[in-house]
Amino acid sequence: MTDTASQSASPATTPTAPPSRLREFWSSFKENRGAVVGLFVFLAFLLVAALAPILAPYAPDAQYRDALLVPPFWQDGGSTRFLLGTDALGRDLLSRLIYGARFSFFIGVLVVTIATTCGVLLGVIAGFAPRIIDTLIMRLMDIVLSFPSLLLALVLVAILGPSLLNAMIAIAVVLQPHFVRLTRAAVLSERSKDYVTAARIAGGRPLRIMFKTVLPNCLAPIIVQAALSFSTAVLDTAALGFLGMGAQPPTPEWGTMLAEAREFILRAWWVVTFPGLCILITVLAINLMGDGLRDALDPKLKRS
Amino acid sequence: MSLLEIRNLSVDFATSSGQFRAVDGVDVTVDEGDLLAIVGESGSGKSVSMLALMGLLPWTATVTADKMEFDGHDLRRLSGRARRRIIGRDISMIFQEPMSSLNPAFTVGWQIKESLRKHTSLSRSQRQDRAVELMRQVGIPAPEKRLSAYPHQLSGGMSQRAMIAIALACRPKLLIADEPTTALDVTIQAQILELLTGLQEDTGMAMVLITHDMGVVAETVERVQVQYAGQRVELQEVQGLFDDPHHPYTAALLAALPERATERKLPTIPGVVPGQFDRPAGCLFSPRCQFADARCKAERPVPAGPAMGHALCHYPLSHGHPTGKETAA
Amino acid sequence: MSAPVLTASNLKRHYEVKGGFMQPAATLRALDGASFTLTPGKTLAVVGESGSGKSTLARVVTMIEPPTEGELVIGGKKIGPEGASRDRDLRAMVQIVFQDPYGSLNPRQTIGQTLMEPLLLNRPEIDRKERDRRARDMLSMVGLRPEHFDRYPHMFSGGQRQRVAVARALMLEPKILVLDEPVSALDLSIQSQVLNLLMDIQERMDLAYLFISHDLSVVRHIADEVMVIYLGEPVEMGPKDVIFDAPRHPYTKALMSATPMADPSDRKERIKLEGELPSPMAKPEGCPFNPRCWRRQEICLSVEPELQGGNPAGGGHCFACHNPVPEDETAAA
Repeated sequence: MTDTASQSASPATTPTAPPSRLREFWSSFKENRGAVVGLFVFLAFLLVAALAPILAPYAPDAQYRDALLVPPFWQDGGSTRFLLGTDALGRDLLSRLIYGARFSFFIGVLVVTIATTCGVLLGVIAGFAPRIIDTLIMRLMDIVLSFPSLLLALVLVAILGPSLLNAMIAIAVVLQPHFVRLTRAAVLSERSKDYVTAARIAGGRPLRIMFKTVLPNCLAPIIVQAALSFSTAVLDTAALGFLGMGAQPPTPEWGTMLAEAREFILRAWWVVTFPGLCILITVLAINLMGDGLRDALDPKLKRS
Repeated sequence: MSLLEIRNLSVDFATSSGQFRAVDGVDVTVDEGDLLAIVGESGSGKSVSMLALMGLLPWTATVTADKMEFDGHDLRRLSGRARRRIIGRDISMIFQEPMSSLNPAFTVGWQIKESLRKHTSLSRSQRQDRAVELMRQVGIPAPEKRLSAYPHQLSGGMSQRAMIAIALACRPKLLIADEPTTALDVTIQAQILELLTGLQEDTGMAMVLITHDMGVVAETVERVQVQYAGQRVELQEVQGLFDDPHHPYTAALLAALPERATERKLPTIPGVVPGQFDRPAGCLFSPRCQFADARCKAERPVPAGPAMGHALCHYPLSHGHPTGKETAA
Repeated sequence: MSAPVLTASNLKRHYEVKGGFMQPAATLRALDGASFTLTPGKTLAVVGESGSGKSTLARVVTMIEPPTEGELVIGGKKIGPEGASRDRDLRAMVQIVFQDPYGSLNPRQTIGQTLMEPLLLNRPEIDRKERDRRARDMLSMVGLRPEHFDRYPHMFSGGQRQRVAVARALMLEPKILVLDEPVSALDLSIQSQVLNLLMDIQERMDLAYLFISHDLSVVRHIADEVMVIYLGEPVEMGPKDVIFDAPRHPYTKALMSATPMADPSDRKERIKLEGELPSPMAKPEGCPFNPRCWRRQEICLSVEPELQGGNPAGGGHCFACHNPVPEDETAAA
């Protein structure tokens, strides 16, 4: 009755075991070239954010009154003193962008953490709770979803008062219904499986079943959603900043920088272009990475 | 001439951890009006070989064959369009899950008529008549009414009947039934098997029945092809196969049937079917075979003659004893 | 004969099905009056088609759901419609093995964790080391190797997973094992290994089995007694040999006849049942089998037959039919 004992002797079999989970994940992730590029851009972005004080040539709020609106170094009038030029107050654009990466990363992490925690918690409760509570939670989420998200965030910030922290809370509130829905759907499909019943027969209490047995098996789509929400968070904060409802000047947040530079759009293209490019590249990279994550984690979409 | 002739068919799948050979040098010959069963456990490549014939494998699969001829057409050389003209009209297939093989968005009638629209030049009213006739042929009561039913309104048995009606719409020369009754209850299974064999007799078409159920094989078909780990290990008349299996795998499989057991403890086949990572060098069955010796573990066997059921074995069995070994068995 | 470890009397389980738009609510009678006993060391097989209430029976016996009516007595404790208490010892007495070995193991738990979980939850007095030891012992008992302990389920074949599922069910040293189609998802060559394991364990641990299956050849091999169930109601019950050799209920006989035998020389004329299992929400008047029965009479359409014949608890043979298959006729088939 030894299942495989007799087979291990054959010498010609080269690979001996199926690949581990992580290995398998990586091999299907790297199949998607865009995702790998996205991952590296994201890592570079992370590195820049972490090493901002070392990388930035100047402090982000240091004003050089002798050099207002200096163009980038390759243009007439530019110099290598300010590689990407300066803004209307004579602050070095490159330094501000580098410090801006910190804010964007901070925003992304915090918003996603808040939205995921609340969303997953509510989703698991909705998936297990009796019908009335389930309906209550889901209808509440439907109401949140029925507003245009940016508008709702604006209203929330208007109530809470404009600041970076309030903007992040507002965006987290707007984002979390997606997590609730996703988690609830995953929980509903998992909880009918036999292993959950087996855990119940083994004597598992409801809380243990909810968070120890079922939740770990629902994580794949949630991770993907979290990655994609990261870019939404960055984008929405920038939008709120641009509208004057997010980070307040002189914070070197990319959206706020854009707003400050609005009036110079015709005279000094660089003050608007570079923050815009930063937002674009970051969001694109994260989205590409998120797509790759979904392909690799979601077995329904797996090829072969 | 045979209706279908496949020589040395192999199918490889590209997986993230290397090539995986699902079908390994399989021959299939089907004559007109033939009734052949392909038997095997999961992983024996029985479905994959037929899907390869139909051209229904995903892009990760590589199909190679020395010969692949259906009714005089070389299927390897045909363009996609020419191939589609044959498949669905002259060869059709029914699947294991009747509930999921019908498109839930369209009525059963629409799905039957679609096949007629694609492959025949019948007019609208002729198609309607043919659809009703087909529904009656497969034993669906009140066919005119059921034509406008959606798949979710039919039970499992009825859905399978509707699938058979679709498969028969263009009077195929060959019907491939892939585990047609596995998802059904025994009483419904008996109905469907009877329907299939009856239709096969009436229309004179050839049928390939893919199954894992030895009971279904014994009661339904004439010839049996046994597959193991992607290879054909035996081909025999049904009576001969059950009386005197020539391949040790077939013999062990039959012995493991509870209804053939003589004692309470069932005879077993130790181990499992080799997977991608533990394919033995010699005979693929050697790690689990009670007769295997050093030669079996090192050398790949070649098929024996027709008298020995084409058994893919160095020492094919005769009445339970291996033949051809120098040392006394 | 030893005393029964479980007695079920007139077990019923109904579900209220909410009506859709403009449709009234309906009652789904998934299980409609089953009485039986389980004895240590013996196997009661429950046979029926899908939708006959076999799996509902399994859920009621394992106390996942309370019966709507009737009662279960397990080891002297009563479980009625009010449901089972969270009594650890009672729950530990009945364990289950599911059909699908791929869905019944938590993909995020190693085999070791899966095996230790029941002990962790129910026997807090056992310490870590002892838990580990017992789980490893159980692993070897079901024929798996020690290095399998730290692996995840996706690295195992169906047969090996089913062994793990059996091992998990045995961790709490139950008296009753409910086997819900334990081998029907397995390949033939693996099926016999698992059946041998189950028979071996039953002998060693003196377990009572409730073996649910639709495969009559497996049932014939493993069962001591057989209960045939149709639309939630037992229609025939008795010792295995009697049921297989001389069935009296037409449904039992049709079921036997429809089962293909692996013997090409004996291609018999089958009794062909017409139609399919009706929905348990719209059970026919009278005998539930009457729309498909070939021995139907006037009375079958209006009066529901009661189980008659010997006492099933005492190993007798009984069946619910107004016009049973005559005894001499059954012997011939």
